[in-house]
Amino acid sequence: MRGPRFIDELEAAVPGAVVGRNLEAIDPWLEIAAEKLLPACRWLKESCEIRFDGLQCITAVDWFEPDAKKAAKVAWEPHTELVYHLWSTVARVSLVLKTKLPRWQDDQTGQIPEVASVASVWRGADWHEREVYDLSGVKFVGHPDLRRILCPEDWEGYPLRKDYEMPLEYHGMRGR
Amino acid sequence: MAEFLINTLGFPAWLAWSATAGVAAFLILNVIAGGALVFIWAERKIAARIQDRLGPTRTGGRFGWLQSLADGIKLLAKEDLMPDGADTLLFRLAPYVSFCASFCAFIAMPFAFDVVGQRLNVGVFFVIAVLGLEVFGVILAGYASASKWSLFGAMREAAQVVSYEVPLGMCVVVPVMLAGSMDLVTIGEKQAGWISNWYLFHDPFTFVIFWVYFTCAVASVNRAPFDLAEAESELVAGFHTEYSGLRWSFFFMAEYGSMFLVSGLAAVLFLGGWNGPIPIAELAGWSDGSAVTAPYAVRLLGCANLLAKATAGVLLMMWIRWTLPRLRIDQVMTTCLKYCTPIAAVMFAGVMLWQLFLPGGLVPGGRQGAISVREGWLEQAAEPPAEAVGVRRSVPQQLAGVAD
Amino acid sequence: MSQVLEDDQRIIEFDVRTDEMLVNMGPQHPSTHGVLRLVLRTDGEIVSELEPHIGYLHRCAEKIGENLTARQWIPYTDRMDYLAAMNMNLGWSLAVEKLLQYEVSEKARHLRVLIAELGRIASHLVGMGAYGLDLGTFSPFLYAFREREKILDLFEEACGARLTYSYITVGGLTADLPPGWLQRCEAFLEQFEPIIREYHTLLTTNAIFVKRTAAIGVLSPEMAVDYGCTGPVLRGSGVDIDLRRDGESIYTAMYDGYAFEVAVMKDGHYPRDHEYPAVPVDAVLGDCWHRFFVRMLEVVQSMDLVRQAIDRYSRCKGPLGEPLKLAEKLPAGDAYLETECPKGQMGFYLVSDGSAIPWRVRARSSSFSNLAVAPELCRGCLIADVPAVVGSLDIVMGEIDR
Repeated sequence: MRGPRFIDELEAAVPGAVVGRNLEAIDPWLEIAAEKLLPACRWLKESCEIRFDGLQCITAVDWFEPDAKKAAKVAWEPHTELVYHLWSTVARVSLVLKTKLPRWQDDQTGQIPEVASVASVWRGADWHEREVYDLSGVKFVGHPDLRRILCPEDWEGYPLRKDYEMPLEYHGMRGR
Repeated sequence: MAEFLINTLGFPAWLAWSATAGVAAFLILNVIAGGALVFIWAERKIAARIQDRLGPTRTGGRFGWLQSLADGIKLLAKEDLMPDGADTLLFRLAPYVSFCASFCAFIAMPFAFDVVGQRLNVGVFFVIAVLGLEVFGVILAGYASASKWSLFGAMREAAQVVSYEVPLGMCVVVPVMLAGSMDLVTIGEKQAGWISNWYLFHDPFTFVIFWVYFTCAVASVNRAPFDLAEAESELVAGFHTEYSGLRWSFFFMAEYGSMFLVSGLAAVLFLGGWNGPIPIAELAGWSDGSAVTAPYAVRLLGCANLLAKATAGVLLMMWIRWTLPRLRIDQVMTTCLKYCTPIAAVMFAGVMLWQLFLPGGLVPGGRQGAISVREGWLEQAAEPPAEAVGVRRSVPQQLAGVAD
Repeated sequence: MSQVLEDDQRIIEFDVRTDEMLVNMGPQHPSTHGVLRLVLRTDGEIVSELEPHIGYLHRCAEKIGENLTARQWIPYTDRMDYLAAMNMNLGWSLAVEKLLQYEVSEKARHLRVLIAELGRIASHLVGMGAYGLDLGTFSPFLYAFREREKILDLFEEACGARLTYSYITVGGLTADLPPGWLQRCEAFLEQFEPIIREYHTLLTTNAIFVKRTAAIGVLSPEMAVDYGCTGPVLRGSGVDIDLRRDGESIYTAMYDGYAFEVAVMKDGHYPRDHEYPAVPVDAVLGDCWHRFFVRMLEVVQSMDLVRQAIDRYSRCKGPLGEPLKLAEKLPAGDAYLETECPKGQMGFYLVSDGSAIPWRVRARSSSFSNLAVAPELCRGCLIADVPAVVGSLDIVMGEIDR
């Protein structure tokens, strides 16, 4: 079921969407171009033969090494990676989509990266995107209600980023 | 007692009446408050047993029999809190209104023949009316607490209690009709004799209507499954969310007082009152006045009978509470308006027809007929049984005289 | 302007309309299962809008996971769904094993099934009892806890803990069962079986219970899938998915050869492998009653599985195997695995950059997605239905907030 056939169809339906793939990994994944994410997801849910009708999880992985010494050795460029775990309740298969985003929009520290929201495709994405926004700092454009979900609404910073520093003080409470 | 004070000890009339009233009030208050403590303890033990627990075991030595007292002391010692936005006066007033309403109703509640705070010829009406006042305390509490949950609880209580007054009143009218009197003592006396004389077994309709009465009574005192006003899983604690310490315990006492009252009322109206299933006193010949102590023994036995019946009613309510889930507000209203009220109305009509066509019951010559109902009124007007036994009668007699 | 307002007849109408009220249910509320805060917009008793606010129990578990080795993080999984910590341990252990491409011994596999299914029973017992509590009856809660205690006693004997076990671990289990444990477990099942009938009498078939739950909070299968609802919530809507049968091979391999029927309504009836009470006529597929009933069926189903596991485990020769130390490096790569936990499908995602400490740890909580659907279910219901609906989702805040 995980054969490349539907990948070809996806490429035909949304040209330029699939920019990378690894079908030999433990969980085979496709890399989707950030700007094509929404049409690709919509196609996967609505038009694909295997209807990926469920979105299980959205994860943001912050590829950044704060330690300068170690950073020199790593093989990757700093970036934020969004991982979407989809599955189909009918065919009972899952699919992993990955999207690369810059850590900061336009390389301006503090400007969180933007990507299209898929909350209009899967309603379950609503809370997951809020969580990613809250903890990893990714702005989902077109999200109906993008607010912090786990942290207090006046929290500063994005805790799951590698360069996050716990505030020293929050409303009179000692942080560290 | 007043006569005794006036005639034998030479008290002035006003002092004698005040003293009598004081003693009666003292007795009622303490019996009921003491009863409430016992019931609270009993509820804990029964709930525990139903839930496969032990309940209190240590306070007071064994069985935790002093647990209620310990709770009371704890409540006395608790900080008296009041929300910032609360209406101070009403917030303080509310528990007393509930408490007074619940306890005042006992004035007309007979515990045995002639053992009654104040015999009223409109006793049934008085009890139901005063009990209905309890809802004011709840509404005041809900309104004055400045809490949304309290307000919800109060509104629910108001809707519920007012609705349930209708079928409750209809059920209560049935024994009144059978006895031909609104005087609770007369109603109780009419059921003297064997168990078959109880109004519960008067005819099939009264049997049904007793259960309707019981359902409505449970609802009107806010016990599960009708405890919507304090539904803890929905409204935190409903109308008494913001209360603590002694004020809260007043609500609690009021609840247990009301439970005891409606059960006692059920006993008087349907379950023969203070008359046991077997007329022991008559069989033993105590009632013919041969022994000096006999009237007291009879009354003591009567008290025991009534308390046993009322307690059984309260225990039944506890059993129900710890078994059933809670109804929803619309379902409570449906139960009242679509089931209880029509059933009560039909049964009421049934009892009327029964009285008209089968006044003697199915057993020939068994009971007093429809004619005697009218006689009941006449009897009372002509020669009130007051003179026969004698104490604490004069005021209602006077009242009756005025009313006539 | 004011003249216009006075002349406008609609103003009167505006004046007499009832005001909407914003009510905070929680985070300190008896029926919100922990520290969930629900903001209700109500018109009298009718709830027009419900919004859950979460995060009051956020303990940064994912961030902590980035600073510990995979095995050190197991106690943190305990504290997610603390009512079914065994299943959480299992989920994370399997996810790590998936990354390592490691296979545990057969004996450990059967023991894991045994423990996980007992954990499921224990979790569903709390779910059932607490649901009774939500509907205003206290006794079933204590009946449920009475039996749960016995399971906890068994767990305590096996691993020394009663709530946060850390028993199932990467590469197997921390210890083998003590002698006589299997007999005690069998004795427990023996005495537990008839008690289920008691639960059905007290709750499932109780007229008031049915009235309170039937046709309340109906969740359609499409909406359930769309919101990512899983577990009993999904099966209560009639979607035939159970990861123990449909999941990834590393998980389903555990259940190879076990006979069980997924507790879901198919062709208008539930599995008939045991005697169950009939579905009440008022109940609609996907309502609170069905969600509750699926859990009750799963208790019986899990009992069957425990019996089978006891049988297989005791016949299994060979060593249990030592748990992995994991002090050395993890292979670079990522692995995501979902397992069928009592509350739903719990997913663990592990990203490794090749060092001993995972680069990123992610827990996909089932209760999180299940709760997300609550606003849809509560639209237009009564206040009393809010605990009924939220309770039927059987959420655990520790898992939602992580």
